[in-house]
This record gives sequence, structure tokens and C-alpha cells, in this order.
Amino acid sequence: MVENRPFLNFLTHLVLILGIATVVFPVYLAFIASTRGPTEFMSGLVPLTPGDHFLDNYGTLLGAGSTRAGTLPFLSMLGNSLIMAVLVAVGKIAISIISAFAIVYFRFPGRVIAFWLIFMTLMLPIEVRILPTYKVIADLGMLNSYSGLVIPVIASATATFLFRQFFLTIPEEMMEAARVDGAGPMKFFWDILLPLSRTNIAALFIIMFIFGWNQYLWPLLITTEPQYYTVVMGIKRLAAVLDGDTQWNLVMTGVILAALPPVLVIIFMQRLFVKGLVETEK
Amino acid sequence: MQTKRTVFHSRILPYFLLAPQLIITLIFFVWPAAQAIWQSFLRQDPFGLKDTFVWFANYKRLIGDPDYLNSLIVTLTFSVGVTVLSMGLSLLFAVCVNRVIRSQRFYTTLLVWPYAVAPAASGLLWWFMFNPSIGIIPYILHFLGYDWNYRVNAGDAMVLVIIAAAWKQVSYNFLFFVAGLQSVPHSLTEAAAIDGAGPVKRFWTIIFPLLSPTTFFLAVINITYAMFDTFPIIDATTEGGPSQSTNVLVYKVYADGFVGLNLGPSAAQSVILMLIVVALTIVQFRWIERKVQY
Repeated sequence: MVENRPFLNFLTHLVLILGIATVVFPVYLAFIASTRGPTEFMSGLVPLTPGDHFLDNYGTLLGAGSTRAGTLPFLSMLGNSLIMAVLVAVGKIAISIISAFAIVYFRFPGRVIAFWLIFMTLMLPIEVRILPTYKVIADLGMLNSYSGLVIPVIASATATFLFRQFFLTIPEEMMEAARVDGAGPMKFFWDILLPLSRTNIAALFIIMFIFGWNQYLWPLLITTEPQYYTVVMGIKRLAAVLDGDTQWNLVMTGVILAALPPVLVIIFMQRLFVKGLVETEK
Repeated sequence: MQTKRTVFHSRILPYFLLAPQLIITLIFFVWPAAQAIWQSFLRQDPFGLKDTFVWFANYKRLIGDPDYLNSLIVTLTFSVGVTVLSMGLSLLFAVCVNRVIRSQRFYTTLLVWPYAVAPAASGLLWWFMFNPSIGIIPYILHFLGYDWNYRVNAGDAMVLVIIAAAWKQVSYNFLFFVAGLQSVPHSLTEAAAIDGAGPVKRFWTIIFPLLSPTTFFLAVINITYAMFDTFPIIDATTEGGPSQSTNVLVYKVYADGFVGLNLGPSAAQSVILMLIVVALTIVQFRWIERKVQY
């Protein structure tokens, strides 16, 4: 701070508090809605204080009564999202770290082509090749399966680049010393590179976990059986199923359930999250 | 391209290491993209039995199609709206957080978490708040004399999806702006203060110009985000309506191809989108190269 200006300090805090209020308000309102009964929105005025249907609503979605009223099996959808997010994160990291290892620590014909092929994945988001990708999955018999949910989205240019950048900063002497001591490439990878990459792996895991959890279009396309639904696409179905007279209390309960796990991850691992976010874009 | 000075010698190991990534890329990325390009030059007869090669007829039809032109304009409005709104707000927050000393971490935590909320969930949150019959914002607007309804009014629907998309992106931009602000040398702002420049003047003449690389980078990222990652927001809320007023390009590809099964024109739209992503990616990486050279 260059000089002390009390009024400006006051204004700074005011802007931040108002900003945070705006950011938090939609979620607060969703939480309120999730504690209210189905008929409490009819009066035209949305209540601003919690009601007493908290257990009812969350129980309806999560509990045994989940097949009632045409709602979806939330517990299994949450489970599917968790499986998908973890497998996507682990898969992306695993295949990216070994590709980056190959690209940085070996010289072989086709290296540059391989690098550009990986780079191309950045330019081909799922949204621009929906139909043909769907057809590939259908032909491979991967509709309605975990492998279909996970494998097509685990190619990752950003993760490969991140590891490549990181490997390039590791001193040459590390590898020379390992070689002098008689370590082969895989031994060097397991005993030196992997332990050194620990923080990067953790940071990347958080970003990729959120990416996997929040996948929407992909699960929407390839799952038609409720047992494979993920929660993020499920809340949209919940809103659509109940569209006649939307039961907002249940929809908002679903939204809270879908948003809570990744938000908690960010809040509790903020430092790693920020590191991952800033570095994957460099 | 860079490697280590000394490398391991192995003929087959590197190929094994690259195989998983490359196989997935080829099967699920390159092959479908090639299919889309091929498909965009074909036209199917009404019974889906025969494909004829029609050169650029699908593209020509697209260019003459008022729905497609509408979609281009909608996408442009939407992307610019999201970019300006989310970057403007996050720059304001970043400047404020950069000024406070003790509570920096506290404010940051409270501002970054929307990053983790799925776009579909974000769409539903705002859909609920703006709901014409029970939402709180139309209730307030009603007293101000404005009859809000995103189901019939095109402008209202656009505002809704822009806000929902921008809300989620503020946290991302905020983190990059904070990083950018912290790299502005203190000596410069101090010197300006000694010369008598007030905080506002210091911001516009010193800090903002020094932030321009960050701003440019974020503009590209935000346009990419608004064009491609906001599909769930549209799908969970307006579904392109009312009367196509929020039918952005990615949503139109999905609606025409996957729902309408209009293969050739949908593939042509895909190819145009690919070209847009390629262009944006090149711009983005050009910027990074320039920055690395400093």
C-alpha cells in the first residue's frame, strides 16, 4: 500500500462484501429452496429464511423414497460422478505423465508428430464433433458403461504440457547421476521423476477431478440407463422430469448435492487448486 | 523441439509410453473429426440410404440460412457479453483484494469457489432466481415496472444466460488478475504516488497497461469458454429459445445433428467451429510464446 486512504479502504471492503454477496446469493437461495416444502413457492414470493423440509427433501432424493415422484436415484448418481471424476483424473494424469516422459527424455523418430497429435486434442472439444464421436462409441459397444464415460475424455494436452514443462526444469544432472549409477529409464521414472512431480500431480488431480465431475454433454449422450447417470446431467433430467409443475425444492436440493463435493474440494485445497489452475494454462 | 542434453536410448520404450495417449487421441478425437470433415461434403437422400458428394453445397446452404446467421450473431453477443461482464467484475475484485492486506485469503476463498460449480448447476441456479412466476429478481423488477419473462422475451433470455455463464467464470479471471497485479513492481506505483498521481490515475496509467498481457490472454480464454464450455448452461435453461434467441453455435450443432439428425449441414457447422477453435488456440499460444521470450 502506497498511502493510507481511509475512505478508499472502506470502499474496497464494501465492494468486496457486495461482490461476495452477489456471488453467494444464488446458492443461498438454492439452499433455502432446498429446505422448503413443494407448495411454499406458490404464493409468488420466494422465502428468504430456511424452512423445515430440509430432511424431507434431501431424504427424498438420497433415501429409499428416491423412486417416488419420478425422481432419480441420486445416491447412485453421486457414486457414478465420483467414479467418473476419480477415474478421469487418475487416467489423465497417468497417460499424460508417461507421454511427457517419452517426449522429454527420449529422442526417436515421430516425436514431433506425436507432440502435435497430442496438441490437436486441444483444438477438438467434444462439442464440435458430437455425432461422429457418438458413432465411434456406439460401434465400440461402449454406450452405457463406465469405460465409455471415462476413456474418451482422458486424453489431455494440458496435462501433458504441464508435465513436459516441469520435466524440462529438472536439472540434467539428476538423470546423468541416475544413469551413472546404472538406473534404466523406468527406474529413473519411478524413483526420481514421480516423487519430484508429487505437487504437480496433486494440483492437477484437483483440476481434473472438477473437470470430470462437471462433465455434462458426454454423459448426457452416452448414457440412457439410469444406473449410469451422473449427478450433473441428472439434475437437468430432474428439472425436465418435473417440468409440468417444477418442484423447485427438489431441483434445488439436487443442484446443492451436485455442486457441493467439488466446491468442498476447492475450499479445502485452495492452495493446490490455485497452483493447478494457474500452471495448466501456462 | 526441446529434449534433455542426454537422453535414454531405447528403440521401443518411448512408443509404449506414448501409446495410450495417442491411441485415445486417434480413435476418439482425430478419427471423429476427420469423419465430420468428410460428412460435411456429403448429402444424404431423404431415406438415409445413399450419400452423394456435393462439394461445398452444405456450406453454401449454411451461409444463406437465416437461422445460421442468427446463431452467429447470438454467439457473438453472448461471448462478448460474458467476456466483458466477467472480466470487468473480476478485475474490480482483484484490484480490491490486492489493496487489502490481512483479509486477502479470506476474500479469495469466498470468491473462487464458483469455479467448481458445474455449468449446468449454475444455469439452474439463475434459472430459478429469474423464474418469472417465483423468482426473486422478477419480483423486484415488477415493482420497478419491468415485466420480466425469459420464456417470451428474447433479451431477457440472453441476459439470463450471460449472467449465469459470467458468474461461473469470475473466479477464474479473478485468480489470473490477482497474479497479474502482484507482479506489477511496487517501485513504479510508489514513484507515481510521489509524483502526485492518485490511486485512479495510477491504475489507468501504470497498472492497467502493465496488465495488458493478462487481459489479452483472459479475453481469448473467456471467448473460448463462452463459445464452447457453456453448452450445459444453454441446455439446462433456455434450450436455445425463445424463438432461437439463445441458440448459440455449439447448441445449434447439437440440435441440428443429434436431435434433428440433419447430418451434412450439422457436420459443416462442426467444421466451421473447429476452424474457430484452431484460430483461438493459435492466438492463445502465440501470446504465450511472446511472453516466454521476455
